[in-house]
Amino acid sequence: MQRVAVTGLGCISALGLHVPDFWKSLAAGVCGIRPLTLLPREKLSIQIGAEVHGFDPSVHFEPKRLAMLDRFSQFALVAAREAVADAGLALNREAATRTAVILGTGVGGKTTDDEAFWKLYGEGNPRVHPTVIPRLMASSATSHVTMEFGITGPAFTVSSACSSAGHAIAQAFFMVRHGLVDTALTGGSEACFTLGTMKAWESMRVMAPDTCRPFSRDRKGMVLGEGSAILILESLEQAQARGARIYAELAGAGMSADAGHLIQPNEQGAARAIEAAIADAGLSLEQIDYINAHGTGTQVNDVTETRAIRRVFGTLAEKVAISSTKSMHGHALGASGALELAAAALALHHGILPPTINYSEPDPDCDLDYVPNVARPKALEAALCNSFAFGGLNAVLVLRKELSSRA
Amino acid sequence: MSDIEERVIRVIAETQQIDGNNITRCSTFAELDIDSFDGINVLFAIESEFYISVSDDDAKQLRGIADVIDGVEKLLAAKQATTQS
Repeated sequence: MQRVAVTGLGCISALGLHVPDFWKSLAAGVCGIRPLTLLPREKLSIQIGAEVHGFDPSVHFEPKRLAMLDRFSQFALVAAREAVADAGLALNREAATRTAVILGTGVGGKTTDDEAFWKLYGEGNPRVHPTVIPRLMASSATSHVTMEFGITGPAFTVSSACSSAGHAIAQAFFMVRHGLVDTALTGGSEACFTLGTMKAWESMRVMAPDTCRPFSRDRKGMVLGEGSAILILESLEQAQARGARIYAELAGAGMSADAGHLIQPNEQGAARAIEAAIADAGLSLEQIDYINAHGTGTQVNDVTETRAIRRVFGTLAEKVAISSTKSMHGHALGASGALELAAAALALHHGILPPTINYSEPDPDCDLDYVPNVARPKALEAALCNSFAFGGLNAVLVLRKELSSRA
Repeated sequence: MSDIEERVIRVIAETQQIDGNNITRCSTFAELDIDSFDGINVLFAIESEFYISVSDDDAKQLRGIADVIDGVEKLLAAKQATTQS
């Protein structure tokens, strides 16, 4: 069995187009939530979102290629390029066959889907463009990443709503751990700011009109986000042999299904995934110092997640620092687990806990340490990253300070 | 039974696939086995039935049929006032 190292990160989100912007914003507690610019606000009662700003696709892609890329694939490619460069990966023909690409997405090419079918249903134009299918398919981002780098190993897309990236990273992790591949590009991508999607979220009455305030008593719900994060996983052996910079060791993954409700989260299901992840990593509860929470900012998620953490950690729950970075980068659905694992890896690497911002008052039902509003310096041993999706599909990942840098 | 009460009960019976005879003004959502997401579906149907819009904050306060009937009456009265002015 191989140990697995995280050696490269790429990230595009409401907190900027690259990892340095992302980390700088997380450490400074900057909120990426703003009035929506991609949608007609007058048609919406929820008028805020965590959009990617200042992104000009034509800077990144030739026109002919761009015609084949939905926004979610554009994000994945930009993040993948950054991650590969960051890791200093050189993928020759042999290495490329031993590399996997496993990405998560909740809904795939939603923007393409929305535009194409508005022309058909709304405008009565009977002609649908031949690029629609290749752009909208949920696996297209994964395919584009393989083509970009000539990667010829196992490649596929995982979809489990808000846990998509978490489940995708877990699959990539197991492949590297068990020697099926030496390297994996993994993470998630989402771009679902369409009027239809936003209206549908509105009607579920889980969206905040003001901002995202996870675990705060006055929280009003989640705020939709978008973006992509890609992580480079390698066997620790390979990473050390080539002298790669190691952000952290990906030490374990745990998954569970609530088998309960399509919408309501479940404390036991979440707790089982957390327990499975910690057991898989071979760690004790005392070794976990930080949890990057699912922390959507809805009334029910934040209470349920707090109870799940208490259920697993018992009295130790009060010693664990917990934060929801969704308060800054929004809820990027199928990309969120990747953005948050990147945030946790950077937290381990820099020894700084990103805060839960917009936190204004304690909630008696959410009574743990949520690192309110201000980042906190702390040398970490190990961190969890929680993803709990609609439909009760849970994925929890465990990062650990890499061996050689451990005391 | 007022017209509004009758329509509210009919919409809830249809949405939840339950017998309208078992729903009274005094029924709570809990008694009718209406969970929070069922409640959101019910409100969506109520909004369509009466051409009204229930705010998220108001929606959170609803616990039973009487709350829904009172809320609908209030919103319809407000709508009428706006139309007349």
